[in-house]
Amino acid sequence: MPDGGSTGIGASVKRKEDYRFLVGEGNYTDDINRPNQTHTYMLRSSSAHAKFSLDTSNASKAKGVVKIFVGTDMEVGSIPCGWQVDSKDGTPMREPAHPPIAKDKVRYVGEIIAVIIAETLEDAKNAAELIDVNYDDIPVIIDMQKALDNSKGLVHDEIESNVCYDWEIGDSEAVDKAISEAAHITSLDIRNNRLIPNAIETRSAIGDYEHATGQYTLYTTSQNPHVIRLLMGAFVLGLPEHKLRVIAPDVGGGFGSKIFHYAEEAIVTWASNKIRRPVKWTADRSEAFISDAHGRDHVTSVKLALDKDGKFLALKVDTLANMGAYLSTFASSVPTYLYATLLAGTYTTPAIHCNVKSIFTNTVPVDAYRGAGRPEATYLIERIVDKAAREMGISQVEIRRKNFIPVDAFPYQTPVALQYDSGNYNATLDAALKKADYDGFASRKAESAKRGMLRGIGFSTYLEACGIAPSAVVGSLGARAGLFECAEVRVHPTGSVTVFTGSHSHGQGHETTFAQLVSEKLGISTDLVEISHGDTNNIPFGMGTYGSRSLAVGGEAIVKAMDKVIAKAKKIAAHIMEASADDIELNNGNFEIAGTDKSMSLADISLAAYVPHNYPHEELEPGLDEKAFYDPLNFTYPGGCHICEVEINPNTGEVKVEGMTAVDDVGMVINPMIVEGQIHGGLAQGIGQALLENAAYDNNGQLLSGSYMDYTMPRADNFVDFKVGNEVTLCTHNSLGVKGCGEVGAIGSPPAVINAVVDALSELGVNDISMPATSEKVWNAINNAKDKS
Amino acid sequence: MYELEYSMPSSVNDAVAEIKKSSEAKYLAGGMTLIPTLKARLSSADMLVDLKGANLSNVSVSSSEIVIGSMTRHCDVASSSEVLSSLPALAKLAGGIGDHMVRNCGTIGGSLANNDPAACYPSAVLALDATIITNERAITAEDFFVGMFETALNENEIITEVKFPIPEKASYIKFPNPASRYAMVGVFIAKKANGVAVAVTGAGENGVFRCSEIENALNSSFNVGSIDNVEISPDGLNNAIHASGSYRANLIKEMAKRALNEMI
Repeated sequence: MPDGGSTGIGASVKRKEDYRFLVGEGNYTDDINRPNQTHTYMLRSSSAHAKFSLDTSNASKAKGVVKIFVGTDMEVGSIPCGWQVDSKDGTPMREPAHPPIAKDKVRYVGEIIAVIIAETLEDAKNAAELIDVNYDDIPVIIDMQKALDNSKGLVHDEIESNVCYDWEIGDSEAVDKAISEAAHITSLDIRNNRLIPNAIETRSAIGDYEHATGQYTLYTTSQNPHVIRLLMGAFVLGLPEHKLRVIAPDVGGGFGSKIFHYAEEAIVTWASNKIRRPVKWTADRSEAFISDAHGRDHVTSVKLALDKDGKFLALKVDTLANMGAYLSTFASSVPTYLYATLLAGTYTTPAIHCNVKSIFTNTVPVDAYRGAGRPEATYLIERIVDKAAREMGISQVEIRRKNFIPVDAFPYQTPVALQYDSGNYNATLDAALKKADYDGFASRKAESAKRGMLRGIGFSTYLEACGIAPSAVVGSLGARAGLFECAEVRVHPTGSVTVFTGSHSHGQGHETTFAQLVSEKLGISTDLVEISHGDTNNIPFGMGTYGSRSLAVGGEAIVKAMDKVIAKAKKIAAHIMEASADDIELNNGNFEIAGTDKSMSLADISLAAYVPHNYPHEELEPGLDEKAFYDPLNFTYPGGCHICEVEINPNTGEVKVEGMTAVDDVGMVINPMIVEGQIHGGLAQGIGQALLENAAYDNNGQLLSGSYMDYTMPRADNFVDFKVGNEVTLCTHNSLGVKGCGEVGAIGSPPAVINAVVDALSELGVNDISMPATSEKVWNAINNAKDKS
Repeated sequence: MYELEYSMPSSVNDAVAEIKKSSEAKYLAGGMTLIPTLKARLSSADMLVDLKGANLSNVSVSSSEIVIGSMTRHCDVASSSEVLSSLPALAKLAGGIGDHMVRNCGTIGGSLANNDPAACYPSAVLALDATIITNERAITAEDFFVGMFETALNENEIITEVKFPIPEKASYIKFPNPASRYAMVGVFIAKKANGVAVAVTGAGENGVFRCSEIENALNSSFNVGSIDNVEISPDGLNNAIHASGSYRANLIKEMAKRALNEMI
């Protein structure tokens, strides 16, 4: 790996962006205030399923109220879904209308029913209390199994079914045949628990319409401002791009929940024209729980067929995936193309079939959350492999090695569409075993036993697909957008550089990592580089940040733009130094005539480009400012091995994480410190899912875990010092060799944790426990096992 | 939060006079529950009468009792040398309430007057048979806790101090709710000249209660083993998403054992 000098590739450069965050001078959406701005409060449904009517006459007269809008006031387009998935019979998915403000029927607790705009937020909230709402309740549909019976009630009458699509992938005949002939079948029923993303910054939006120019500006907490401009402009409000500017300034975490186009964005933008004043909305935390898209929520039945030696023959998966009440932006793609295509994992399973029914329920819409589909796939693969190993008496390490895709098999075509380019799963497993001191586990277990404690170790040798995504491929699968990225590299006259990137940083550290790319390629310090993102008027175009795509796609676009800058700079240098451009070499920031001591710095060349007195005008335009688009050739395939070690108190069911080791292959590492931080964050969320977090609804559609009093966010004392390592194989289809690191922690770790819990309890006869493995659940499992024995 | 007035009188008498100005006024005694509920509009007041200036935060100790002013913050109880030397279990309890911010604002009087069924202090007050001194009278611990969020306090009555008799030994252990970190079950055991008292917080439907089953067992034999055979009924215990009644019943025994292990 190159050491990159002081600020190039491979250097743990401290994050350039952190100073302003640490001193409280970040510029978040809620920090922005526009002249003559109004404040809005969204009145939300308290019923999960009802016909409703409301009377706003008293509220309209309340102090400070500027305007109250209800659903019928806002006749605009439906909030769109960005990915069309077809059912296995060829019919397109059912797409119910999704108005920004509910008109006469509500379908989940939290749906917006009225928009109160006032001089202050308190005025708006006071007025909201004066609105009379009458709910005529309809039976609530929460359970996905029950939702399959459409005669019991429909979330959307007009689409006549609660099933959004019934989709499949893989060869079902081959799978059924293998299962019928297999020496051993392992079965498991799995629930992938529903999660609430909980970014530290709640969502916020300001709509600002300028009457004199007809220009709209939306400030919003988004991971992808250009995507919002497209979805909201083209589909909901009918605003052309040149009249709509979307600014996503500093954003405090997203984890996917800020990808989507939300109703509030359309409402404040639209309303700012109606009232001719800026309109601001900021969610409070309680509101975030019932209005941010939730994640996961799959119910799956899985079968793994093995031969007598433990070699995998076939995998059969049936999944119900919760969509919530409406289709959010990427909701349809998460349990299909981001999920079932991953079911080979790191293994050579020759036959795979997966059927997915996605289901409407009276709950908050469900969409991508850190990993999006890939954690759900990884969880079921690594759990069923663990269970199969136990049933067949094969060690957890051996069953994995026996089935790994060997290093000489790449590129490897899976039976579920993907072609992996590189990987070395034994290498990450070996390194993790060493780092986790696997050899010492038996003695640690014995020591725990002396104290009356149960100790277990669990593995996850996972793989994921990220660097989303080749546009042609996803287009053929139903994506309604391209997934390329764009960058512009502007060398200023005195040689400093601004990079305009379509990626969006909301915690990832792009301002540092991307600056390091410039430092590496152009040979200047990161201090001379600024990364600009998040404003559709500044950035040529962008598809944003999600699916661990920023470096693998956005970074590559920057490299391509830099290549153009370098090519032009060489021509300018050649002209000035009277040489051939072919003879100019770039070394450590100097453009040298090969074999001579003549050279020019980047600053010398950029000055010549902007003060073009001595310049090849016949051949080149002035200036040194280049733009590039990059569309990847394939997904990237990070993978690795996570090992978790837990100790369980059998008297209380308390699970303590004693060890968490993650050895990942994320391809080339640009900034090791930032990568390690990303892995830590992902592991925290993965362990959170496995042991703590759960979004629970009651049968009336009320969210029981609607605040931090009941929703268990992981905290530092739930963890242990993570042991993190790298084993690199390079991505073969991008120039940097990078794969992506944003999601691997959350994708790989949950099954490692649960496998460790099951391992600890296995001596009692427990062979499964559902997420989150809370202390009560573990205690019950222990008691049930005791009762049986 | 609804608009409200704020005042900080400099004595208990002034505070009472102040609160009588409005039927919607409330005392503010740290505010670690009140302020969040006001912000969420789950409660309302037109005036907050802050007791911070009423000279109620002091800790004193004699050979037989510790007296803690009602506005003494959790962090001050946790770090008080008097409490640490005479009744370390109480210092530990206070040091385990909430987080640093809560401990730096929240007070013993505020906690007791609120009587949250999952608060820590009520267990110590009940097990130690403390006396709640108010501007009007002295109330025994047994009489003070009436039910969930309910106490014997009259309207406008102010707790001024709490008198804790010093036991031979005491210990408090809580099993925190994983989300809120309030006590899902908290057990305070006090060994006193007249016997053992065991008070349980977090678990009961009606708030803090004495656990006579464990008390009887420990009075006959003060060791961990004697708890093993105790049967705790889940009847009357909270049944909520993080713990059923039967799990809480088990935790009462387990936490009692842990508390006892610290005492023996």
